[in-house]
Amino acid sequence: MGWTDPVRPHGGGRLSVRTTTRETMHRRTKAKAWRYGIYAVTIAVILVIVLKADWGKLQEAFFDPQIFADQFPKIITQAARNTLIFTFFGFSGGLALGLLLALMRLSSIKPYRWAASTYIEIFRGLPALITIILIGFVLPIALGVRLPGTYTAGSTALAMVTGAYLAETIRAGIEAVPRGQMEAARSLGMGYGQSMKTIIIPQAFRIILPALTNELVILLKDTSLLFVLGTTGATIELTKFARDSVGDTFNGTPLVAAALVYLAITLPLTRAAAYLERRGRKSR
Amino acid sequence: MTDTDDQHEQPEHHGHHPHVPHRHHDFDEHESVPVGVPAIALVGLTKSFGDLEVLKGIDLEIEPGEVVCVIGPSGSGKSTLLRCVNRLEEPTAGQVLIEGVDITDPHTDLDAMRTRIGMVFQSFNLFGHLSVRDNLCIAQRKVLKRHKHAAEAKAEEVLARVGLSEKIDEYPARLSGGQQQRVAIARALAMDPDMMLFDEATSALDPELVGEVLAVMRSLAESGMTMMVVTHEMHFARRVADRVVFMDGGFIVEQGPPDAVLGDPQHERTQRFLRQVNER
Ligand SMILES: Nc1ncnc2c1ncn2[C@@H]1O[C@H](COP(=O)(O)OP(=O)(O)OP(=O)(O)O)[C@@H](O)[C@H]1O
Ligand SMILES: [Mg+2]
Repeated sequence: MGWTDPVRPHGGGRLSVRTTTRETMHRRTKAKAWRYGIYAVTIAVILVIVLKADWGKLQEAFFDPQIFADQFPKIITQAARNTLIFTFFGFSGGLALGLLLALMRLSSIKPYRWAASTYIEIFRGLPALITIILIGFVLPIALGVRLPGTYTAGSTALAMVTGAYLAETIRAGIEAVPRGQMEAARSLGMGYGQSMKTIIIPQAFRIILPALTNELVILLKDTSLLFVLGTTGATIELTKFARDSVGDTFNGTPLVAAALVYLAITLPLTRAAAYLERRGRKSR
Repeated sequence: MTDTDDQHEQPEHHGHHPHVPHRHHDFDEHESVPVGVPAIALVGLTKSFGDLEVLKGIDLEIEPGEVVCVIGPSGSGKSTLLRCVNRLEEPTAGQVLIEGVDITDPHTDLDAMRTRIGMVFQSFNLFGHLSVRDNLCIAQRKVLKRHKHAAEAKAEEVLARVGLSEKIDEYPARLSGGQQQRVAIARALAMDPDMMLFDEATSALDPELVGEVLAVMRSLAESGMTMMVVTHEMHFARRVADRVVFMDGGFIVEQGPPDAVLGDPQHERTQRFLRQVNER
């Protein structure tokens, strides 16, 4: 049975070549008709929106030049700055933690492997919001543990989540370095740790550079989750800033401004990741 | 429990090329090795991968300055044997003595011993993220703790020796296979090893590039380097080796001077292997 199936036309049984061809054609025409139908509906919807929309009102609600101008310079000097600070600390911490977890997962010592796997599974399985609330709220309230420093709680929570994701990325990178590299290093008298540090890890990071850039973009967007910590003044980041501003002005323009700032940061990064990926594929 | 041919147990050093049984490197940094101690001595060496017993009791001694070629059919355990010599592979039982020091002893400083044993791999294994210069310097700096200038001077010296001085600033990916393998040999030489292991150093190369690597290996042999060479190049073995070791099924079946083992093999398995090689 199994192996004869693929030569049979899809569920057609014993059909002559002619009927099969005609049936295929029929199916194709039907698919075509569907596609054109969808195009037509899409165009119709766009037309209705363009013709019926109240452009004046939309512009007023989302593109008010005065409100837009009012967002500056604070949206940059305060909000974007804080977003970048949280991203920086979250990513640095995540990299360090991820590297440590990756090395533990590759260790020959079983408890290390076990501990790292457990951590990774838990923090990848939980919503980032839970971790943020845990570090920022539950620890201070339930245990009286308050992390010192303005950015510490938020950055720590983000680093804990990012570290779990990066651990798997870094481990995959290390495993992608050919085994012969380690053997060559060891045969020259370099120790395991030294070989890892000077030979394997640098090459692993080259391999995973596009993936790291994507993780960075994801983290940058996840800083918006920090609004639950009631970030104000010193720590307010882009999303909270925009939301507060929308509340003050009863207008959508601050949100649009924040969106543009996000895109101004993330688009170059995603382009860079795509470029690195293409270059990586070519060089291999 | 070896299958060794006793008749050929003692290596001969009366070849017509200038192999000196003692080393005459001008750069020996190690404490001198007692006279009469073999460079490599394998005693009752066995190695199993799970249920598969790959080495079934190998006894082999290699004298300083000696060039030993190991031949044998695919899967006979040649690579495994070579990798046991610097413990890239953990022997299941038996001893590996390097210049009289047992490296299977857990108290031995394995990393220090490995600096005395250069190894060249079939797949070159140059460090792809480093220039040729850094490939040659990194272990000198990190392991031997040589200063930058000393390491670079040594790098230039060994690179000249393999005829690639002009490639010092290149990256490995921009070199031909033959050039990469010569750099890999230079990288091992930069550590001033007392002996060199070669595991099918030319098998991954296009035929037209094999010659340049064999020429480097040959000049190394002529300079008095102790060498253990796993190879399929019978011409090289015949011309350069002091001794040829034929392995099959995890045993040393036969060993002796190249003319004897390659020209007039005593064992049926050796004869069969050589017949197959020559037909190719
Ligand atoms: N890491 C390993 N795990 C399991 N089996 C292995 C491993 N390395 C080698 N072997 C097995 O050990 C046997 C000997 O392998 P080895 O590489 O030493 O042979 P070889 O003589 O070098 O062969 P070739 O001429 O093909 O290189 C083979 O059957 C091989 O499959
Ligand atoms: Mg082999």
